[in-house]
Amino acid sequence: MNSIHDMGGMHGMGPLVIEHDEAVFHERWQGRVFAMRMACAFHRKWNADMGRYARERMPPAEFLAASYYERALYALERVLVENGLVGEDELAGGQATSMAKGAPTLKPEQVATIVRTRRRARLDDDVAPLFKVGDAVCARNIHPEGHTRLPRYARGRRGIIDRDHGVFAFADSNAMTRDKKPQHLYSVRFAATELWGSAVSPHDSAYLDLWDDHLEPA
Amino acid sequence: MNDHDHDHEHDHAHDRPLSGPALRVKALESLLVEKGLIDPKTLDEIVDTYENKVGPRNGARIVARAWVDPAYRQRLLADATTAIAEFGYIERWAEDMVAVENTPGVRNMVVCTLCSCYPWPVLGLPPAWYKSDAYRARAIVDPRGVLKAFGEDIPEDVEVRVWDSTAEMRYLVLPERPAGTEGWTEEQLAQIVTRDAMVGVGTVKRPGGGT
Repeated sequence: MNSIHDMGGMHGMGPLVIEHDEAVFHERWQGRVFAMRMACAFHRKWNADMGRYARERMPPAEFLAASYYERALYALERVLVENGLVGEDELAGGQATSMAKGAPTLKPEQVATIVRTRRRARLDDDVAPLFKVGDAVCARNIHPEGHTRLPRYARGRRGIIDRDHGVFAFADSNAMTRDKKPQHLYSVRFAATELWGSAVSPHDSAYLDLWDDHLEPA
Repeated sequence: MNDHDHDHEHDHAHDRPLSGPALRVKALESLLVEKGLIDPKTLDEIVDTYENKVGPRNGARIVARAWVDPAYRQRLLADATTAIAEFGYIERWAEDMVAVENTPGVRNMVVCTLCSCYPWPVLGLPPAWYKSDAYRARAIVDPRGVLKAFGEDIPEDVEVRVWDSTAEMRYLVLPERPAGTEGWTEEQLAQIVTRDAMVGVGTVKRPGGGT
């Protein structure tokens, strides 16, 4: 979706503030949000792409005013309600009206394993690639209302297939319908001048990870 | 936690009191516990893990190994997922990693313009600047300007490559080994590798001078 989360190349986002020796979590509640998200994901009622899409649907004015963990909190509340783990009334009232029909809860002793075993998006499906390394491609000029990993700044721009990562779940469809639509994922190299015009260095480039469905022959 | 927190960018954009989200989070945690969806001790364990156990020291050991062991460096650049799994930070099937190498003529840096994707198992959770709108918006269009903000002046003839983590591949920059560290042990080298260098916004410097 063409919303505020897709901010590559935007101006006016303020100065870059670099802290030194910063805390992992600056406030206790931030760590609780982070941990709740991980513990709730363990119930496997939604996939990571659905979680991303939930965050992207935060209204743009609210999104810009919110901190990183407030955005995460918004997305967590959305996926909990939309996937039936929490009722909208429970969220509003703060009181449980029923026990959840979730899987067993994540236990402390399982955490060490969880951090080493992110649910991978790579698939074993045998799908032929549509492109090969060195091919000239063009990122499609698409504007889906749903989730997409093709940023606006690259749409309609020409690049070169730099490497083929193999077959992956397609995030765009996995977020919307849980359809993994297995296909090849590539690293695509775009000259900085192709993306941003002649004012940028002719030596520089951007590499994006894009799927077959994002690309067409140039 | 720190009394200077509200001076920093992650909080500056909103004037609401910090008790706002803190209260809402507390209410949500109580609700989820009451519904039997989460165990608060598990939350403690997750927070402790990312505050104290998983962090950029993991990545630093990988970089140091690559510097002293040419065969490991080759494996890391050819198949980072498997090479990193040798350290046990990830299961080889779990996280898809790519390592990109800085050279005198090429500087790599990593961003996630759509979100804030970052290689948690090897670098821990990202710093606030990496997640900030300012970095996400600017790194892709003005990498040289961003590098300058980090104190890095990039010569015009050096190629800057920006890796936008738009999918599930996670990127680790293999920085250049600083001159004057010949003969150092892997452990000594690991101690000078910084998080910023592995994200690509810094270089590794030899303590006490040189680069």
